[in-house]
Amino acid sequence: MRLTRKISARLSAHRRSRFAGPAVLLVALLTTGGLYVALSPASAEKTADSTSEIAKGKALFLVGCASCHGKNGEGILTERGNQYGPSLAGVGAAAVDFQVGTGRMPMAQPGSQALRKRVVYTQDEIDALGAFVASLAPGPSVPAADEYEAKTDDPEAVSRGGEFFRTNCTACHNFAGSGGALPQGKFAPSLVGVSEKHLFEAMLTGPQQMPVFSNEVLSPQDKQDIISYLKKNEDTPSYGGFTLGSIGPVAEGMFAWLTLAVVVGAGIWITSQTARSKKTKKGDVA
Amino acid sequence: MSATASTNGTSPAARKKANPAGAVATWADERLGLATATKKQIRKVFPDHWSFMLGEIALWSFVVLLLTGVFLTLWFKPSMGEVVYNGSYDQLRGIEMSEAYASTLHISFDVRGGLLMRQMHHWAAMLFIAAMLVHLMRVFLTGAFRKPRELNWLIGGLLLLLGILEGFAGYSLPDDLLSGTGLRIADGLVKATPVLGSYMSFFMFGGEFPGDVIIPRLYIAHVLLIPGLLIALIGAHMLLLVFHKHTQWPGPGRTEQNVVGYPMMPVYAAKAGGFFFIVFGVIALMGGLMTINPVWRFGPYNPAEVTAGSQPDWYMGIAEGLLRIMPGWETHIFGITISWNVFLPGQIAPIALLGVVLAYPFIEQWVTGDKREHHLLQRPRNAPTRTAFLAAMISLYGLLWAAGGNDIIATTFKLNLNHITYFMRAAIFVIPPLVFILAKRWCISLQRHDNDVLLHGYETGIIMRDAEGGYSERHLPISEDRAYTLTARQRDVVYTGANGTDANGVSAPKARLDRLRAKASHAWFADNVQKPTAEKLEEGHHHAELEHDHQAPLEGHAADGHQFDGHHDVDGETLRH
Ligand code: HEC
Ligand code: HEC
Ligand code: HEM
Repeated sequence: MRLTRKISARLSAHRRSRFAGPAVLLVALLTTGGLYVALSPASAEKTADSTSEIAKGKALFLVGCASCHGKNGEGILTERGNQYGPSLAGVGAAAVDFQVGTGRMPMAQPGSQALRKRVVYTQDEIDALGAFVASLAPGPSVPAADEYEAKTDDPEAVSRGGEFFRTNCTACHNFAGSGGALPQGKFAPSLVGVSEKHLFEAMLTGPQQMPVFSNEVLSPQDKQDIISYLKKNEDTPSYGGFTLGSIGPVAEGMFAWLTLAVVVGAGIWITSQTARSKKTKKGDVA
Repeated sequence: MSATASTNGTSPAARKKANPAGAVATWADERLGLATATKKQIRKVFPDHWSFMLGEIALWSFVVLLLTGVFLTLWFKPSMGEVVYNGSYDQLRGIEMSEAYASTLHISFDVRGGLLMRQMHHWAAMLFIAAMLVHLMRVFLTGAFRKPRELNWLIGGLLLLLGILEGFAGYSLPDDLLSGTGLRIADGLVKATPVLGSYMSFFMFGGEFPGDVIIPRLYIAHVLLIPGLLIALIGAHMLLLVFHKHTQWPGPGRTEQNVVGYPMMPVYAAKAGGFFFIVFGVIALMGGLMTINPVWRFGPYNPAEVTAGSQPDWYMGIAEGLLRIMPGWETHIFGITISWNVFLPGQIAPIALLGVVLAYPFIEQWVTGDKREHHLLQRPRNAPTRTAFLAAMISLYGLLWAAGGNDIIATTFKLNLNHITYFMRAAIFVIPPLVFILAKRWCISLQRHDNDVLLHGYETGIIMRDAEGGYSERHLPISEDRAYTLTARQRDVVYTGANGTDANGVSAPKARLDRLRAKASHAWFADNVQKPTAEKLEEGHHHAELEHDHQAPLEGHAADGHQFDGHHDVDGETLRH
């Protein structure tokens, strides 16, 4: 346990080095080429079903996504050299399922961060888009239900997941998964209520500022444990009363001062009470 | 006024027929002599004003802290020895943690009423320090720290410091992720001491951080050392209070020589006792309804982990804020690194702040040269510089506190974290001076307003139309009582320096100090508005009477303004049209 924790901590520290992106890209390109050579005869056997799925995805892509990501998902650069939309080669169906399934894509307007919105595609269409993007270059595929389903009844999975969560995720997402701030207006969103599949896919694909937790870093089992932990927390009542947002001591401080104001109010009231006993006594005599 | 007792009751307490309790009391009194000792104190008079209750909030929350704290000691295990948790909180079962953390979980989930007690303890701590701070502000604003109460001001300042340290020690005890992060920062602060830092840190933690002695050490400090000091100082604070007698607001019948209010028994005791139950009740409600420090969600401390939303309790917020906005300055000389980025905000700033707080009465005394005793309070507006200084300090405090929660502000208000930091860096230098100027001007205009009221009466809100068709608002003289209260203050004297300076044998450094004093006195008092002189007041009254006479010959009864403000009965009055 100690060892895995250390390793994962070290890996997560290196994952976002400046060269990680280009290196991953290079590796991806090489493997794609190699795989193509090795596997093309076999893939010819793929069912007509999947080819039509890709064609359907491509059609959808051309309408909804190509304006930013390019006709073949190759990415588009703005005049100033920024990414209008990044290349989607190698991001895999999992990334599409996550991005489109949480409403982040199609992005409404370029901003500091693609936000969760209302989902505009049906699950079938999302699958087709995923198939098309996956056909560009191999990437992580959408996980199967038994990979990501939370096992809240398995106490070991839950407590192990808690360890992984605290080591890998709390730094950005906060101890209760309430979310947290990142530099330059970016933020890690709340994880409360996010579906099990999307939790898994987020770790697998690392949207935007979030690091990629590939299966070598956090095994599918580890990911599932994290999901079990988070879902278990959602099922657990708040033992201490109102949570005050579960954002830590800042909220508690605000409430302490509010309460002090209430107590001061009580003090004002108590000092404004005159000594009735005396008055009634006077009345008695009269 | 009728209900206040400036003298004691007229008839002595008569002995009733013997009852068992009385017999016990007599038995005890014959041996301890308590009755004679307390007789005088029981008749002690306490003036009534809500602002005098602020210290009491602190006192009563301290009592709650003692009660709940003792409860917690029955189960808390101050040990950093590793155990595997086996209690009833599922999410952490089977995890290795320190005994301190495990016992805190045990208190929270397996001791009846334990979580309530923990939460009450923590809420009471937050309230305790907040109440002390507000109490300190009251004393500051009203000039209650002036002679002969300087010592009690010092004691109060120490109480606040000790309260904060006590709170920090308590926050560290459960050994959860936030505790450990806080201790890590404390470790960094200590290590930032030039040259000695790392030795001090090793001494404190008994080796490399976190070591295994810090929790037991903090525990002794938290349940024995600091509470002992607190109790002793609170005792001294109260004794001095009784010895000096309470300050009071000026008013008719209230002088520097007397105290007007309720005697300790029974009225004041009933109020104070009742107030204890209010404070206790509010803290109990908070403990029962609002989560505080949910340690089970943080997990045990592990140096490799951090969490978003890592903040100290509010009273350490300004230290956190200073650390967060400080640019990363460091100097390297002779192989030594001086971390200004931690040393300045972490050590110099708090010590400077404490120094200013403790020294303030003496600084002001030096400037005014006022060595008289003061038992009557000043209204904040009548000490504009002092009031404005506090206002500026409050704004600085607020800004730093906000800077300490910059990430929370960023997510709550969807702002850019970096922009908040840049803003704060400038704001702490720009906003407090602005607040100072604003508050000072505000005080001075309130002083002017007081003078207006004294000279021309209060505004009745009644608009009169005169024969020429002009409109004017009627002013009516204020009551004698109010006029007395408004004028019951001393004139400020601006010190202009020992004239002649050097020539008169004042040595050079002294002369320089003297000039500084004169300058300070000028800055302090020159702009203040002084109360009107007796002649001016006379003149004002005369003027009002003239006006009244002027209208008297007209038939009927002039509207004097009181017809509408409820000052006197108007039934059956015929008004002139
Ligand atoms: C307005 C421009 C825009 C549109 C339209 C758009 N995207 Fe994006 N997309 C972006 C940008 C910018 C990013 C990179 C930032 C981000 O991840 O949010 C991105 C990122 C992605 C990613 C994640 C890439 C990775 O590295 O993980 C996927 C997958 C994706 N888009 C799919 C789609 C799909 C599918 C559509 C069509 C339904 C679409 N996008 C429409 C701009 C756009
Ligand atoms: C470096 C900071 C960082 C770390 C560490 C991190 N995340 Fe994230 N996470 C982010 C950011 C930023 C986003 C928002 C991405 C976006 O909007 O496209 C995000 C988004 C997510 C989402 C999507 C939430 C939603 O509203 O759809 C999930 C789920 C998620 N993270 C889970 C995790 C888990 C589980 C871990 C630990 C294994 C983790 N994250 C670690 C920064 C981080
Ligand atoms: C000025 C007075 C005090 C302050 C400001 C204070 C503050 C705190 C704080 C903030 C905590 C952390 C609580 C938490 O877990 O959320 C704590 C814990 C604790 N305090 Fe105090 N305290 C004070 C007095 C006392 C006294 C007098 C005792 C006992 C004699 C005591 C015993 C304890 C114990 C045993 C704990 C650890 C238990 C736990 O964290 O659950 N405290 N204190």
